[in-house]
Amino acid sequence: MERLRKYGFIAGFLVVPVALYSVFVISPYVQAFQISLTDWNGISSRLNYVGLDNFGGLFEDEVFWRALRNHGILLLVLPLATIVIALFFSFLLNLGGGSRGAGMRGVWGSTFYRVVFFFPQVLAVAVVGVLFKAVYRPDESGVVNGVLVKLGLDPVGWLIEPDLALWSIMAVMVWQAVGFFVVLFSAGMAAIPKDYFEAAALDGAGRFRLFFSITLPLLRDTVQVGWVYLGIAAFDGFALIQVLAGDKGEPDGATTVLPVEIWKTAFSYSKVGYASAMGVALFFLTVTFAVLTLRTTRRERIEL
Amino acid sequence: MLGALSHVALLVWALLIVLPLLWTFLASFKNNTEIFGDALQLPAELRFGSWGRAWGKAHIGQYMLNTVIVVLFSTLGTMLFGSMAAYVLARYRFFGNRAIYYFFVAGMAFPVFLALGPLFFVVKRLGLLYTHVGIVLVYIAYSLPFTIFFLAAFFRTLPETVAEAARIDGASHTRTFFQIMLPMARPGLISITIFNVLGQWNQYLLPLVLLARDQDDWVITQGIANISTLAGYEADWPGLFAAVSMAILPVLVVYIVFQRQIQSGLGAGALK
Repeated sequence: MERLRKYGFIAGFLVVPVALYSVFVISPYVQAFQISLTDWNGISSRLNYVGLDNFGGLFEDEVFWRALRNHGILLLVLPLATIVIALFFSFLLNLGGGSRGAGMRGVWGSTFYRVVFFFPQVLAVAVVGVLFKAVYRPDESGVVNGVLVKLGLDPVGWLIEPDLALWSIMAVMVWQAVGFFVVLFSAGMAAIPKDYFEAAALDGAGRFRLFFSITLPLLRDTVQVGWVYLGIAAFDGFALIQVLAGDKGEPDGATTVLPVEIWKTAFSYSKVGYASAMGVALFFLTVTFAVLTLRTTRRERIEL
Repeated sequence: MLGALSHVALLVWALLIVLPLLWTFLASFKNNTEIFGDALQLPAELRFGSWGRAWGKAHIGQYMLNTVIVVLFSTLGTMLFGSMAAYVLARYRFFGNRAIYYFFVAGMAFPVFLALGPLFFVVKRLGLLYTHVGIVLVYIAYSLPFTIFFLAAFFRTLPETVAEAARIDGASHTRTFFQIMLPMARPGLISITIFNVLGQWNQYLLPLVLLARDQDDWVITQGIANISTLAGYEADWPGLFAAVSMAILPVLVVYIVFQRQIQSGLGAGALK
């Protein structure tokens, strides 16, 4: 009886979450793989299988390659810039104050900076996009160009120049992400025993030495997690690019990414089969990236 | 010297964050001439008209109300079902426990874009397309993986003795959960609730697809993105900035009140 009651309880607690999750999350994912092998338009009641035609089409699709190229740039720049800036600030905030009195501490005002730096992280990406659309306006009414004009320089078309637009958008991504990684790395730095720093400081190590010889090696795992997170973010970018650059990934599709193309192909062009094939490609790209990063950067842990 | 330089660096980054936000807020009091003039000038007077227009004519009030309703129910549902599943998976041994746990956790690895097309038709077939009920259920489903992952780890750390004592006193499993274990798990529940509220409040992609039809049903992120396009046609730029400010202010308040829990919760979640 007690056993029966226990299993009844377990089943009762699991049935709703499992049902919701299966219907709305698992089943669409499974269907996506199936639909990627069809030319379904979202209306016809029968699925017409076309084999791997959609994937063959991807290889010849210029837009697909442009999107891939942009993911490549994002994948190189976004993690590197964000991690370097975040490491620099978290070092200053946690250890930059030197070893006065008992143990290491951050510079004056650390708490304030941490609160301010993290704030963009809680803003909706769509709202951030609208905000920066104004900041980046191509004449002196934009904030950045307003400053440039004051300095006697010519205004720059931040989102209009095809060569510049993607970089302007990446700057916003870094702007939004740095705070999160400052908090993440700060937690990692707090876990390093203080006597390591004290011993090194007694031996006469300066702040640069402390950072490169102690902090960075011991923070390796956390940085690696950050790298994977940012790499996955580099395969997204939908909301920001859709708001800042518009549906077409203007100028001239220079800023388009796969999520924007998937959304457009499925809901504007009704080519759900082809869009699903892009989704499958995106999935394998993301997984390959995550596995490769975790594999190649794995190394023996340093025991604390 | 080095100390001074590091302060400059920190201050510059802080300004890079504060100034665009402050500028948006100030721009909501400007008129069109001022907005299209020198970006660095202050508004000549405080014009609150734009706030009224954004709230009423641009439906920000309506969008805000929709978002509050959607997020209220979806976060409640996420926390209820998430904690139920996490509790059972964390503290009961039964056949298939591990499999179900990984079944849920695997959901964190998949990009939402892969599911987007089929999801639209799943929701459509259930007759829930373009309804708030539909979006609430979808939010709950997509929030479950992280919620269960986080809360299961939390429930595992709770001591067994209290639950044992309650059971000996004759409390049912359900009662033990709601009256003993949930209150004990409060710190974890608070972190993850805030996380879900923010995540669902800021969601853009899912409403864009699932609430596309009727403008009266839109949530705040859709509204803001749309006003940004409309402001060009209607030439109501102050209204746009007032709308953006309105979208930012509640998040700012929640953030300032809960910033400690938000930072520690997100940090801990990312490191597990």
